[in-house]
This record gives sequence, C-alpha cells and structure tokens, in this order.
Amino acid sequence: MTAITTTEEAPQVRRRGPGSAVRQSATVAWRQLVQIKHSPETLVEVGIQPVIFVFLFAFVLAGQMAGSREAYLQFVVPGLIVQSTVLVTARTAIGMNTDVTKGLFDRFRSLPISRTAPLIGRILADYVMLVWSVVLLLAFGMLLGFRIETNWGQLIPMFLLLLAFSFALSWASVLAGLLSKDPESVQALAFGLMLPLTFISDAFVRVETMPGWLQAVVKLNPVTMLADSIRGLLVGGPVGQPVTKTLIAAAVLLVVFAPLALRAYHRER
Amino acid sequence: MTSAIQARGLAKRFGETAALTSVDLDVEAGTVLGLLGPNGAGKTTVVRILATLLRPDAGQAFIHGHDVTKSPDRVREIIGLTGQFAAVDDSLTGVENLLFLGRLLGKSRADARGTALSLLERFGLSDAADRTAKTYSGGMRRRLDLAACLVGEPRVIFLDEPTTGLDPNARDQLWDIIRGEVRRGVTVLLTTQYLEEADQLADDIVVVDQGSVVARGTPETLKREVGRPTLQVRPADGAQVDRVAALVSEVIGEHTSDGRVVKARVRDTAAMSAIVRRLDDAGIEVAELSVREPSLDEVFKQLTVTGAAV
Repeated sequence: MTAITTTEEAPQVRRRGPGSAVRQSATVAWRQLVQIKHSPETLVEVGIQPVIFVFLFAFVLAGQMAGSREAYLQFVVPGLIVQSTVLVTARTAIGMNTDVTKGLFDRFRSLPISRTAPLIGRILADYVMLVWSVVLLLAFGMLLGFRIETNWGQLIPMFLLLLAFSFALSWASVLAGLLSKDPESVQALAFGLMLPLTFISDAFVRVETMPGWLQAVVKLNPVTMLADSIRGLLVGGPVGQPVTKTLIAAAVLLVVFAPLALRAYHRER
Repeated sequence: MTSAIQARGLAKRFGETAALTSVDLDVEAGTVLGLLGPNGAGKTTVVRILATLLRPDAGQAFIHGHDVTKSPDRVREIIGLTGQFAAVDDSLTGVENLLFLGRLLGKSRADARGTALSLLERFGLSDAADRTAKTYSGGMRRRLDLAACLVGEPRVIFLDEPTTGLDPNARDQLWDIIRGEVRRGVTVLLTTQYLEEADQLADDIVVVDQGSVVARGTPETLKREVGRPTLQVRPADGAQVDRVAALVSEVIGEHTSDGRVVKARVRDTAAMSAIVRRLDDAGIEVAELSVREPSLDEVFKQLTVTGAAV
C-alpha cells in the first residue's frame, strides 16, 4: 500500500457560506432569465395559458356558473391566479429534469458551490415567470370586467403570499423533476397531479355546490386556501383565516418536500 | 513525482450488478491517463467517483492528496468534469455559458468575462461566442463543454468519452485542444472506447473490463506485452504452401494458412531467424516474408471479454 500524503495545499475554500449561496442562487436565476432574451416566445408560452383560461371562463362558463360574466370573474380570477401558480411550478419540474438529463446537474455537483444554489436559483427565476403570468392574467381579467374591490395595495401581500406558496410547492416540483426519467414523463406526472389539485378545490366552483364528502377534501386542499386568501385580499371577505391556513399549508409542503428533494438531488445517479 | 490521482481498491455496486470490483489508479501530475474499455466496463463509474459524484462502496481515492469522500469540497476546487453528454445550456450563447460558470465560481463580472473570452478564443469559438449553443455543431458543443470545465482553472480534468459521436475532423480538433491543456500542466483522465484515442493522447493506459483492471502500461508496452507480432510467409510457388505451413508449425508450434499465405504469431525474434534458415535449407523460394506488429485493436480484443465476443 502506497503512503498517501497531501502533496500540495489546495486553494483556500472561498465559495461556501450563506453569502456565496445567495450570490450563486442569483447567478443560477440569471442563467434562467437571460434565456428569455434569446427565446422571448417563452413569455408568450407562459402568458398564453392564463389569458386563454380567463377568456374561457368569462365567456364559456360564466353564464351557467354565476349568471353574469362580471359576477363570475370576481369569483374565478383569484382561482385562476392559483391555477397559474400551480402551472408555473410545473415548469420548474420540467426545467429541472432537462438539466438533469443533459448532464448540467452533474457539472453543478462537481463544482465547489452551494448544494442548494442550483435548486433555489431556478425556483427564484420561475417566480419571476409567475409574476409575469399573474400580471397578464389580472390585466386581461380587468379588461373583461374583473375589479379589485379592496384596493390596489392588496396586490403586494398577494404577491408575497404567492411567493411563499410557490416557493413551498416548488420543492415538490423539484422532486418530481429529479426523479422522473425524462421531461415527457414529468409533463405527464405534472398534469396528472395539477389538474385534480386545481379542480378539486373552490378555485372555479363554490364549495357549497359539491357533495358533503367532497367538501371535506376541498377544504383541505391548499389550492382552496390560497384561492380564498386572494379573494379576501382583492375582492373582499375574510383574510386572516385563509392566509393563516395557506401559510401553514406552505410550511407543511416545505417541510415534507424540501428534504425529499434535497435527498434526491444528492442521490447518486 | 507528484501524484495527481490515486485510487486504491475502488469498488461500487448498483443493486445486483458490480460496476467496479477493485480498481487501483495512479496518475502523475501533468500526464494523461487513458481509461480504456468497452461499454459498461465501469469507466464512467470510476470518473464519477473521482469527481465526487458517487461514493465508492469500498476503497479510497485522492486528488492531489484530498480524499474524494472525506473532503469533496477541496477536491471540487481543483477538478473539472466533462461528462458523456455535452453539458452546455442550449438556450445560452457560448459566452453566456462560460460567464455563468465564472460568476458561479465567484469571479467578478469583468474577470468572468475575460476568462470566457480567452477560453472561446483558445478553443476556436470566438466567432460563435454570441450565438446560442443550440446552433453549434457537435464538435463545437464539445469544445464549449471542455471550455466550461476549465473556467475554474482546474488542475485535474476528467473527460468521459470526449469525442464519442464526433466526425474525424472535429475529433482531431478536440485532440489538439486536449494536448494543449496538457502542455499547460493540466492532468487529464480520459475514458474512451477508442484505442486510437488512447494511443494518441495517453501517456499511460489502463484497460478495464467488467469492473476491473485487466492491463496497464504505456501504449508501447501494452502492444509489446500482450500482442505478439505476426509472421507472414508467402511462398513464390503456391504449391509449396503446405510445406511452408508444416515448417512454420515445427518451429513456432502453430500456424494458420489461407492456401496462399501462412501466418503465425511469433514469441521471440529467434524464431524468425530459425524460419528463414529452415526455408533456405528446404530450398523454398519466398515471395514475401514479413513481421507485423500488433495493433492496439488486437491487444484490446485480446484483453477484454466483451471485445473478444464481437
């Protein structure tokens, strides 16, 4: 057995610590966002879905749902904001999986950088996309008759709440992205989960119209809690209780999925 | 001698399959080790362990004295990795790809840009610097990938099948770049399925098959030790082929004949002169008599079970 000795001092480790983790996350977020410059169609892709949904709900469904377009928009726009949040989060999973399958994550893991920066950076970048899609959704909704009945200042707590919720939900998305074998299966998985999650809630339909057993499920769904919070903030009604519930749900999502996602990230592939 | 890479008894299982049974490696700083083997031999597993992406089940590995499992961060400070697939971001330009890594590694904006531009220049990518990587050819992508692994100025780089899928031209270009990095003092561990590549680039070759080392040495010693030269005799008179065959068999103990040329693998050069003498004594006129050195290809096939099956 040959004696093994340190032959030379390695350079000072200087790429660790909370300060550099934040900076590295910001760099990863920059990488995501600079892509928009080269493919601005991404902005359309992300924006088109909420616009189509607002149109669909305002003109196709409103009559049956609430009798008038304006009345239903007041109810459904907050629900659509939640749906957008969930859909943008699904993008996180797809992008994450692309990085894994293309070997970019192997490179990240071989660099002397914070282990979480590649994950947090992407989550941050996707939050920017979320803000964009919600702004578009609100603008189009207002064009068709949606009104903020409280005051515009309520948009600030709403965006903060969306940030908290999407940050927590993103970890579930990161996990799905890391565990799936290709982007197509992520897409299938994401839609398999996201559709029931948004429809078995009061995002689009009042919970009172549903059978009792389902109401129990709907009330436990974080999508319901977030939709109720946004209604409270923008249209009026109770705020404290739904916001508290939403934050608790976000905390639970974070506590459950962040460790799982980090474990999957460190898992040997 | 400064040892850049040392590995002792590396073993790794994936479920039921033993990817590596026991692998030892020694790579001197500033040299190139070619890790040669067929698909599934365990080459990538070795690279992933050395690059801190995988933990070995047994054994130890050191990069410039730093233990890959105990101080992976120290190791990551001095290594660069290019995997089997060019890990470049298609939607970023060449310069952005490198800028991104430079910033990630803590360089200032100006510093990162300077590094990016000089790497692109060195790798012949200056003209394509501002195009997105998705417009790049296979060879350009590989070069960008290699540039990306050099942003942190590593002392040891791992290249996992760097030229797989490239056309000969692009391959030669990449070889030149790798040689250039070696001249700059970088230690390279490169895996390849191509003997020619190992022969061209490596100072030392380690042949792995089914998770263990089956041979090691310089390209020359491997050729000499494992492959024996082949003697070929073609008598001027085709009718005498059988006599020649009998004679060769007597001296060397084996022969093959296609009815025109007699071939035998010789053990030592003494056999050669014996054959010449015996042919002369028997009065057989020879149209052709030659000894051919074995190619690395033959050596490889002889060494690897999987290769032999092909």
